Amino acid sequence: MSVTAPLFQHHKHCDELFAQAEDACAGGDWATGEKAFALLLDQLETHFTSEEELLFPAFETATGMTSGPTEVMRGEHRQMRDLLGQMKDALASKDSDAFGGAADTLLILMQQHNMKEENILYPMCDNALGSSDVGASLVERLKVS
Amino acid sequence: MHASLSFDQAPPISVPYRFFLVAPWFGVMAGILLAWSGSDAFVSRWTPEALALTHLIALGFMLQAMCGALFQFIPVAVGGNVWRPKLVANTVQPLLLLATLLLVAGFLFSRPGLLSAAVPFFLLALGGFVMVVALALWRTPATGMTLWAMRMAIGGLAVTVLLGSLLAEALAYGLAVPIVELTNVHLVWGLGGWALMLLAGVSYHVVPMFQLTKPYPLWFTRWFGPLLLLLLLAWSLRLFLDLSRWSMLVTLPLLAILSVYAGLTLWLQYTRRRKIHDATSLYFRVAMVSMLILAISGAAFVLWPALGADPRSVVWLGILAFAGVFVSAISGMMYKIVPFLNWLHLQRLGGPISAVPNMKKMIPAEAMTGQLRLHVLAVVLLLAAVWQPGLTRLAGLTLAASCAWLGWNLVGSVRRYQGFRDQIRAAA
Repeated sequence: MSVTAPLFQHHKHCDELFAQAEDACAGGDWATGEKAFALLLDQLETHFTSEEELLFPAFETATGMTSGPTEVMRGEHRQMRDLLGQMKDALASKDSDAFGGAADTLLILMQQHNMKEENILYPMCDNALGSSDVGASLVERLKVS
Repeated sequence: MHASLSFDQAPPISVPYRFFLVAPWFGVMAGILLAWSGSDAFVSRWTPEALALTHLIALGFMLQAMCGALFQFIPVAVGGNVWRPKLVANTVQPLLLLATLLLVAGFLFSRPGLLSAAVPFFLLALGGFVMVVALALWRTPATGMTLWAMRMAIGGLAVTVLLGSLLAEALAYGLAVPIVELTNVHLVWGLGGWALMLLAGVSYHVVPMFQLTKPYPLWFTRWFGPLLLLLLLAWSLRLFLDLSRWSMLVTLPLLAILSVYAGLTLWLQYTRRRKIHDATSLYFRVAMVSMLILAISGAAFVLWPALGADPRSVVWLGILAFAGVFVSAISGMMYKIVPFLNWLHLQRLGGPISAVPNMKKMIPAEAMTGQLRLHVLAVVLLLAAVWQPGLTRLAGLTLAASCAWLGWNLVGSVRRYQGFRDQIRAAA
């Protein structure tokens, strides 16, 4: 298994959680929506921090690239955290329009972010970190609770 | 290492918008032209009106939008760096616009001199575009079938432009070339080698992305592009060999792979994880259903030659391809890309991110679904007008109205972008 394979799988897991939360909140089922959203928030946060604390520093150390792709990815994590914050507020005030708008935006941002990671950054990480123990640590962190 | 890799999402917002904002108004022109010419337009594909209409949609609507989308898509999806996108877009877009108007006027008023006058502008605009895009697509370290589909598509565009230029000069100077066969090859490279190849390559990414569907199966993405290319090459042999006897052996497999692509896309959408529907997903369905109808009716015309002998049968297929498949898919894509780009560029202004309105505030959802309904009505009326010429004017007016509404929705979105931008700047 490659170093980044667990992150790859975890993207799909987060997609699933996103669809559940969006579906429930759009249909006005706020109780289910709240649970699904809490799970989504938790898993995305785990994903972001795993990359920011483990993968990116290891990649930067191995390649010396500190201001390139990883910097862009960190910036997009910030944007996604902010949209998640907007979704949380909308959920609290049971505003399905605001929730839907922020969710729609998050989805595209998240998908094109994943696309860049999966197609470009992860293969670069697999090359640079093939012999390290980063992969094992990622498996440990991303265990679905 | 990977110095050429682009991780930044996007060229300046003006680059794609310059193309997107123009595209719908060519659809309006096509609708008005149809309403003005009335029932004669659809008698056959060779009427001056039919040729002008085809190129208004193919070059004015489709190519404008697809060029704009590529500037955006290449850095994000395949990590390619397009050389000086602003300069290239500012040059290519007006040249393409001018060339299209010259060509369409040449067809409409039967002035071969105008066709020939359009050629240098096309070669300059699209030659430049093809070179810049090809360079970006070949230098990116990314891999995958979307990248290969895009590489093949840009080659398909080059073949289409060269054949089109040859045809224009042949008509202008009476060159001794087989006009009908060349046109058939030009048409199939334009629709199949460029437009469909690009649509398929982009679908591999955006269908799973917008609707959270399963990915396209590997066997499909691996085989679809190369098989399509092979069939296009076989189709092009008609320029050199007498294919009339085994033309069926190329046409039927071509229609079969179209149905596989359309059927598979519909199935992926049907089994998607995301339950929400929006204008984009519905537009994609309209496009895929049109493609299925095209494949089935095309096969019927091949298998029952008496049916296919009617010159209107090709007009029917043309309407399905241009209005049913590509105008629909492109409109749906623009309804997703434009609100997202508004958001993306607004939040880069540096103000508090929470001040940036989300995508749904950029184009009202009702305006998009209303426009979609009118577009579907336009396609149905256009198809009906092939067999009931009395409906032609109404079909033309409906097409013009639906494209104007699309254009208006996009203009509204850009105005909202400007309004929000000024607010955020004033606050900062």
